[in-house]
Amino acid sequence: MSAKPKIAFFDFTSCEGCQLTVIDALQTHLGLLDLVEIVQFREAMSEKGEDYQIAFIEGSCTRKSDEARLLKIREQASAVVALGACAHLGGVNAMKNSWSIENVQTYVYGKNGKDAYESYPARPISAVIKVDAVIPGCPIDRREFLRIVQLMLQGRTPRLPDYPLCVECKLKENACLNTLGKPCLGPITRAGCDAICPTYGDGCEGCRGWHPEANFEYMREILRGHGLTDYDIDARVTMFNHYQMQQMAGHAPLSATTVPLKDDGIPMSTFAAPQEE
Amino acid sequence: MPENIRVNVHHVTRVEGHGNIVVDVRDGTLEKCELQIVETPRFFEAMLRGRPYQQASHITSRICGICAVGHATASLRATERALQVELSEQTKRLRRLAFHGEMLDSHILHVYMLVAPDFLGVGSVIPLATSHPDIVKRALRMKKFSGDLCQAIVGRHTHPIAMTVGGFTHFPTVQELEALRERAQELLADVDATVELFGALPWPTFERETEYVALVQPDDYGFIDGRIASSDGYELDVDDYRKVTNERLVPHSTAKHTAFNRDSYMVGALARFNLKHQHLSPRAKAAASHLGLKAPCYRPYLNSAAQVVEIVHCVDDAIRVLDMLIERGVEREAPAPVTLAPHARGVGACDVPRGILFHEYQIGEDGLIEEANCIIPTGQNLANIDRDMRALVPTILTEPEDQIALKLEMLVRAYDPCISCSTHFLNVEFTGK
Repeated sequence: MSAKPKIAFFDFTSCEGCQLTVIDALQTHLGLLDLVEIVQFREAMSEKGEDYQIAFIEGSCTRKSDEARLLKIREQASAVVALGACAHLGGVNAMKNSWSIENVQTYVYGKNGKDAYESYPARPISAVIKVDAVIPGCPIDRREFLRIVQLMLQGRTPRLPDYPLCVECKLKENACLNTLGKPCLGPITRAGCDAICPTYGDGCEGCRGWHPEANFEYMREILRGHGLTDYDIDARVTMFNHYQMQQMAGHAPLSATTVPLKDDGIPMSTFAAPQEE
Repeated sequence: MPENIRVNVHHVTRVEGHGNIVVDVRDGTLEKCELQIVETPRFFEAMLRGRPYQQASHITSRICGICAVGHATASLRATERALQVELSEQTKRLRRLAFHGEMLDSHILHVYMLVAPDFLGVGSVIPLATSHPDIVKRALRMKKFSGDLCQAIVGRHTHPIAMTVGGFTHFPTVQELEALRERAQELLADVDATVELFGALPWPTFERETEYVALVQPDDYGFIDGRIASSDGYELDVDDYRKVTNERLVPHSTAKHTAFNRDSYMVGALARFNLKHQHLSPRAKAAASHLGLKAPCYRPYLNSAAQVVEIVHCVDDAIRVLDMLIERGVEREAPAPVTLAPHARGVGACDVPRGILFHEYQIGEDGLIEEANCIIPTGQNLANIDRDMRALVPTILTEPEDQIALKLEMLVRAYDPCISCSTHFLNVEFTGK
């Protein structure tokens, strides 16, 4: 019987680390290849099929031409899964939304960069197409990927934990970093990664997005208690969730106040730009 | 010789990132031959401005899922050199182990899953799992070890957690290190089998001499820090990296190119092999001779063979470093202190799987990043890839177009281009005549 569901992987603006995590998941679960037929996975294979039912999309939408590609995938796929923080939240890509596109283009590519690079503010793919399931994280957690794929193959609707990361951290009997004076966004972040960053001694950075009842004011109070300024706190909560914080506040956080600008909003420096010929 | 040939490989597969190859022959003349980059720009350097220096390594590891440890390490070195941080020997050793984990992971992924299918006549690693299950299982075993090595030291390979400015936020136990030591020893059988497998492959014989550039260290085949050396006889401090990279926009191709003493240079495993093969472990030296690698080697396809040699070296060196750590024990050291100063600048350089990676930051007295620049290895290789293709195409023009396309794709893949590395690429629209 050839009723194996056909799945395809697509990448938009991202580091492709989530697809690599999928490849890593196969290290221990090679049997997954018996259950599905992968028809497109550019990073791992040359063959290309367009008759997929489940589309996994890694990466954010960061330019006009991404929209048509996303719509085409949506039209073909019966289920679209956002793979990782870039697709789910906008992720690190959205940090650039603090500035105008001309500002970042000029800084990185010089005065010719403006015309040569198509780009606009980064968004999660759900801002363009309907998304049926999300596998959060930067990168995704490989066990969660396997669990969600398993549920989808059984025709069930995967659900994400709706409680904070702190629950998992407590279950692991980690010492609470916030009580040790180390900033951690665990109290407002959606659980599901088994609190991997606090377990390795580093405070949560919110890559899985906020849980539904996140208390931002109380989080700010905790962080102020560590001596963080409001600017530091904004920097912390916008690393993966710039797009979300912008939606909530109605303006782009951390906008250019620290970067010297010319009158037209273009940066004074083009430190990263190439020499012009 | 055919008069008109048009090869257009849209979205080269089995490379990390998006690139197109375009070859245009008109009336027997090679009009156009280039690797175009169609990756979306991500503007990491611009995004770093205004961010606290503590975030930089976690932000920049997100430039690349494969070189995540490399980006994090180059980023930390840039910050640490700007803020005058002195690292402990233990920190250097732990970073070296994490780096080996990434080098192994990346090279194994590349040679087994991206390069080997070309020689074994299959489209990808997925049919390979059916046709050559032992090979795929071996690759996955080796990858699992590399991943577990990274996990023990930094939490995970993509994206490392426990590496921080001045040190680590988590330490492996000696028991964990002993278990890894044992597995590394067992892995040597797989390492030998890897050398056998790739030693038997018919590597294309195309050669073109170019300038080879790598980081060099005294008496060491190291990957972190060092001086920039060129096969043309130059050696520079990493602070002078801009003299080497000379990033520029070029009119004929729309990607930013680099050039040092010639119009292009090569970085990566073959460049490292050519510049410091004498410091390889004895087993890695034997592997090189089995693979037919002899310095200086001018055959770009053998970059993949040089990666196999580095797989051998990294397992050997990981065992050596694990032994040192096990013998001395692991202390839970606090990160080394930073010294903030106005407009402090620092350059971090690492030889990541695909070649030298530079990060440079300027950090203000308030700890916020003022300026940032990142130059990735694939950007440095692009000009050289173009020149290799231009030299190769006239020698294979009589072959069928699908063969030309395959050989060009294999050439591009040999460089292991990681063009998802966002920084410094132009988005290209092909406008053929």
